[in-house]
Amino acid sequence: MSRHLLSVGDLGADGIDEILRVTDSFVEVSSRAIPRVPALRGKTVVSLFYEDSTRTRLSFETAAKRLSADTMTFGVSSSSVSKGESLRDTVETIEAMGVDAMVVRHSSAGVPRQIAGWVDASVVNAGDGWHEHPTQALLDCYTIRQRRGRVEGLRIALVGDVAHSRVARSDVAAFTLLGADVTLVAPPTLLPPSLAGWPVTVSHDLDEVIPKVDVVYVLRIQKERITDALFPSLREYTATYGLTRRRAALLADDALVMHPGPMNRGVEIAAEAADLPNAVITDQVANGVAVRMAVLYLLLGSGASLAD
Amino acid sequence: MPIDRPSTLVIRGGTVVDATGSRRADVLVRDGVVAAVAESVDAPAGATVLDAGGAVVAPGLVDLHTHLREPGREEAETVETGARAAALGGFTAVVAMPNTDPPIDSAAVVRQVRDLGATAVCDVRVAGAITVARAGERLAPLAEMAALGVRIFTDDGDGVQDSRLMRRALEYASALGVTLAQHCEDEALAAGGHMHEGEWSSRLGIPGIPAEAEEVMVMRDIALSRLTGGCVHFQHLSTAGSLALVAAARAGGLPVTAEVTPHHFTLTAADVAGYDPVFKVNPPLRGPEDVAAVRAALAGGTVDAIATDHAPHAQEAKEAPFDQAPPGMLGLETALALALTELDLPVERVLAYLSWQPAAVAGLTGQHGGPVAEGTPANLVVLDPAEAWVVDPARLASRSRNTPYANRKLTGRVRHTVLRGEPVVVDAEARR
Amino acid sequence: MSADDLRRAVTRIAHEVLERNHGVEGVVLVGLQTGGVPLARKLAAEIERIEGTAVPVGTLDATFYRDDIGLRPLLPEAVTDISFDLDGLTVVLVDDVLFTGRTVRAALNALNDYGRPRAVQLAVLVDRGHRELPIRPDYVGKNLPTARDELVDVSESGVRLGTVRR
Repeated sequence: MSRHLLSVGDLGADGIDEILRVTDSFVEVSSRAIPRVPALRGKTVVSLFYEDSTRTRLSFETAAKRLSADTMTFGVSSSSVSKGESLRDTVETIEAMGVDAMVVRHSSAGVPRQIAGWVDASVVNAGDGWHEHPTQALLDCYTIRQRRGRVEGLRIALVGDVAHSRVARSDVAAFTLLGADVTLVAPPTLLPPSLAGWPVTVSHDLDEVIPKVDVVYVLRIQKERITDALFPSLREYTATYGLTRRRAALLADDALVMHPGPMNRGVEIAAEAADLPNAVITDQVANGVAVRMAVLYLLLGSGASLAD
Repeated sequence: MPIDRPSTLVIRGGTVVDATGSRRADVLVRDGVVAAVAESVDAPAGATVLDAGGAVVAPGLVDLHTHLREPGREEAETVETGARAAALGGFTAVVAMPNTDPPIDSAAVVRQVRDLGATAVCDVRVAGAITVARAGERLAPLAEMAALGVRIFTDDGDGVQDSRLMRRALEYASALGVTLAQHCEDEALAAGGHMHEGEWSSRLGIPGIPAEAEEVMVMRDIALSRLTGGCVHFQHLSTAGSLALVAAARAGGLPVTAEVTPHHFTLTAADVAGYDPVFKVNPPLRGPEDVAAVRAALAGGTVDAIATDHAPHAQEAKEAPFDQAPPGMLGLETALALALTELDLPVERVLAYLSWQPAAVAGLTGQHGGPVAEGTPANLVVLDPAEAWVVDPARLASRSRNTPYANRKLTGRVRHTVLRGEPVVVDAEARR
Repeated sequence: MSADDLRRAVTRIAHEVLERNHGVEGVVLVGLQTGGVPLARKLAAEIERIEGTAVPVGTLDATFYRDDIGLRPLLPEAVTDISFDLDGLTVVLVDDVLFTGRTVRAALNALNDYGRPRAVQLAVLVDRGHRELPIRPDYVGKNLPTARDELVDVSESGVRLGTVRR
């Protein structure tokens, strides 16, 4: 399992700490005029993105290139996907070309784990359905530490569509492993059917929670959720759960505002809130490359394992 | 290979167990019929002898719920290969589900499947669809199919969603002396789900199917049975709630029967944690309380049968992403052993659930399910309740490999199976 | 080497650096993590004492440039801190022990990604031999022949040899 990064739970608190520590060095590398080290020279990293996502894919590819690895991209509109080639055949073909790591994003939960059972290459989960997005959680932890010095003991509110959010699942796991106090704020229809085993508290009152937290993490809301009768309208959602200008003013002075992107300005987050000095959304993106460099380095550097 | 039915067969040294009880006896079979059951039987010259020393001799098992996939999905299974798997599992009769392609919703397709099963190593009975094309809109020609001997009708794979249509079907069927079997699943509640809704679906990020999707239809059909007097057989019940509803309905005297599957008394939603689609099934694997309820229902006798819901799928189909893979597991070759190994019940009760009780639900009493007595058809199984074995998917007779029990150690194995006097399985190997 | 020997070596090296480079102009010190860092700082302090002018000091972790084949990826011990442009400067790399030469070679590769120094010189406290690459120090505190599996321990209190714990 530690040949791969499939879920935050696999890392444990020590694994997360190790990645964040190594990230510091890669932040420094990325700040140089020539942001490149030869650490993964001769290794090949393939992006296997069955679900479109330019940002995450570019972030991983930049990370791989900065480590001097070779990269390949297998995008969703590629011919063999539309010819109906099975998932297993596709990944086995790619592996036969000689790759060291596969970065996989898919709309179905569990696909990275299935692939890890079929190939020798290291598999990195870049987002699988509603399940997890581990590197997002890692860069979120890094950003919080960067700004507040630690994650332990902070009160963090995760606001929005938790039920359908892989970012939320990974963040809950990571934040709680590092000792933060997590509150989910959402209407009942956007919470998972069962919170058994989730070390979180739940609130349906964002106004009550907002002044008390160190971090408010806003999740994207998708319009499709309206047709599923999960809430009646975007307007009602924004009124009850949006980080509006009024709510942003209730935040503590040093509280951070975070969002995994891309934002629906005016829906889950007001434009003004996104531009506050304590909104660290662009830091999140910047840190993403360094965190992914750390992950790739720890997986592929000298052929070893994460969090052994 | 031509059918090689010996004119005389002796099953020697076993303990005969059937609905009348248990006794040490040899069995003599002549021309496909049981000729004698006695302490000791002399084998006439030229008779085939089957050793049943240390074993139980019982009426052959009857599966109320098997998917043979032919016509239409022959890459997963055919009538011939499914029947062979059944025989190896100790079954002498199976009821083939109608969700084939084309579906079994007319006399023509009934005949087609019956003909495919004519030379099979198991008695292939055909279930017809309740609605045309299983689409849930119009009644299928039930009388026409019943005239060909069809005794069970179901849209299995789906439940009949329209309550008014289900009422009409029950009323119409009551004149035919047939049973309507229901795959209880309310599509609106279940929509989009791929596993049991609960702790594990929340953790794994897979859309869930709540227990209530099954229970609302169980409730409805109990009410319709009360309204119409029609017989309803509930297929593969999987939740504590469903079982409680059916127990109460039976206690109230309603003509309802129920089956449960081995996977619903041995596996739970936690088994989906690795995202292996081999564990994807409909109704889904449920929570520990539900598994406990299925076992309790079997211990307490509030269900009628164990059925396999044998559902073969080609390997490639079961390697798709979890939410895209078709639901279903193999079951014919492991059902008896799982019941003997995992349930804390004596052999006679296990056999009741797998042989004579399902035979009654299927209208096959007299032909299958025993008792093992002079003059009855020789549809028998010889099983060793103590033999240990390990499930090896590569050695299963089914054309498919989607068993969730790979490498599982089980106790209880079929030694011989006799179909109408022909030994189709001898020493755990199919003869043809 | 005792603590006093260490001190004297540092003083001597400081003088040698100044002599060779005709003063402190255009010279920077870069200490290799981790052993070379305190040494580089001592050297800089000594140079400033002698010459009256401060010399810039940076730190370099060359982990990502190493060519080791190991079972685990090596973790960097600290973050590199070179906050000045290296173009046209003379960089004096400082490390405590020179052994196979691989660390220095990795450091040379790393320096290239920070700019184009005019020259790179190497100052080490101890040269223990067993070079695997054509690397030679410009300034040496002491030549200390060792067996390959011996441990060389450098600390505030001096340099000691020991055997590898098995």
